[in-house]
Amino acid sequence: MESPDRLTVLNPTGFAPKITRKELAARLDTLDGKTVYLVDCRFDDSDVFLKQLQAWFAEHMPAVKTVFKPISSVYLKDDPVTWKEIQARGDAAIVGVGH
Amino acid sequence: MTIEATYGVPTVALHTDKFDRVVRAVAAQNGMPGLRQAFVPQPVMGKTAAELRAYIDGRDPITKRPVMQEVIEGLTRPPAEGDPAAVEFDRSTPRLVEPDTEENLHRLFLERDWTDKLPIILPTEERVAAMLAATRRRPDEVVGHMRPTHFREAWEYTVEKVAVNAVMAGAVPAYFPVILALAATGVSARGSSSSSLATMAVVNGPVRHEIGMNVGTGALGPHNHANATIGRAYGLLSQNLQGGSVPGITYMGSMGNNYAYNSVTFGENEERSPWEPFHVQHGLAPGDSAVSVFTGCRSTAFTLGLREKYWREHVRNLLRGLDPHTPPTLLLDPITAHQFIDRGGFGKKEALIDWLYGAATMPAGEYWDYQLVQNYIYPRATFGEEPWASKLQAAPDALIPMFRREDIHVVVVGGETNGYWRIMGCTYQTTCSVDEWR
Repeated sequence: MESPDRLTVLNPTGFAPKITRKELAARLDTLDGKTVYLVDCRFDDSDVFLKQLQAWFAEHMPAVKTVFKPISSVYLKDDPVTWKEIQARGDAAIVGVGH
Repeated sequence: MTIEATYGVPTVALHTDKFDRVVRAVAAQNGMPGLRQAFVPQPVMGKTAAELRAYIDGRDPITKRPVMQEVIEGLTRPPAEGDPAAVEFDRSTPRLVEPDTEENLHRLFLERDWTDKLPIILPTEERVAAMLAATRRRPDEVVGHMRPTHFREAWEYTVEKVAVNAVMAGAVPAYFPVILALAATGVSARGSSSSSLATMAVVNGPVRHEIGMNVGTGALGPHNHANATIGRAYGLLSQNLQGGSVPGITYMGSMGNNYAYNSVTFGENEERSPWEPFHVQHGLAPGDSAVSVFTGCRSTAFTLGLREKYWREHVRNLLRGLDPHTPPTLLLDPITAHQFIDRGGFGKKEALIDWLYGAATMPAGEYWDYQLVQNYIYPRATFGEEPWASKLQAAPDALIPMFRREDIHVVVVGGETNGYWRIMGCTYQTTCSVDEWR
């Protein structure tokens, strides 16, 4: 029985959706000879950053083909056209720069 | 996550280090706790190419390993043995908190980040029941969904959950339909943007006087119980019903925002306004009660009155002081509302808004160079969205509108102790009926 100096109160938090675990895509054995898309989220000079990343690959891993690819609009919008292009023509993706 | 999970492309996401906890939390909530992520120092914005190259050549500030090692391994290293396969987790929480003393419960609510760090009223079953009696809606009826930002999961909430937060804020049952209407907008008053935005809530119609809201002297300040606690309830319900507003995890506002304490909540002074009330402009009848919400409240400009000779220039100066990403809503004391009619002949709000739209211009080169325009408007312009796509054609020196006309608004509030007025930089979101929640 509840003691008189103990209160019962309601939990103020909302209802969290269930989490459905998703598996990662299969990783590549090597990047050599592969096409890596550098996906520019078009936020806070991310294009300048990714072009430097592209330069790094050219210097250090020239066997990797990189494609600089800005998303079609703002990062707030899904961009299935770009995602399908990467799926069809790319082997991997690096997305940046999130903050 | 979309590229990885939906399109099956191995992906590494690069972020700045200040966001490590939030991006890991978002990945986990989306069912991908093992998502490959690497980090570089903050900020990226404004750094030279050479400085950014140094980030890439340097170490990940979180793991202390070379950034490019993290990136390459993220694309090539197979998932670790024992990584769980697809599975579903239920995160239901009990309706009641474990009974405890009043002192301990206050401490618990504070420690769990369920408050705005000010004392709250504990939501006992009796208090919540009294709140629920102020609406005909069922306690288990779903009111809506809310999230801190667009990329986070949306949480669901019921009438009872809103009532719990209304009690905590110190609201009385008569205010509950307004609070439910705010919850029904689905617009969070605890947005997580790094820009530290807050919301503004404007109440119109008979409910303002039924519950004693202040529309006159001091309406925007801490001088009225309804204004204060309805606004506070909006903030508390937002943080608790959307899954939190904790710095570094579910709140990333760099500086924070004092407006968030009560979400700039007030009633329009319809009786002293020379124009149509705000809710009538948005499709409701004058006898309806409604609440309208605006987001992105950060910037405020002010001045006194409208001088005969240079009032146009003075208004332009205020408008030019705003970031063009965030449009203006004029908050006019009735004295100034009448002055706008005397000086400019603006017999209707629409006429004043037309003039403001024409007055708020800047050279195209300056406009496109604003960081927030680059982040949020330029990409849409290049995607072909109007009116921004056409603005892109303007020569750098050509004057172009800073804002879209439909984003400029006017609200009358204040007690006529003087003709001070303000421009709140904010974006109108929606107007929600209060009567539907009585």
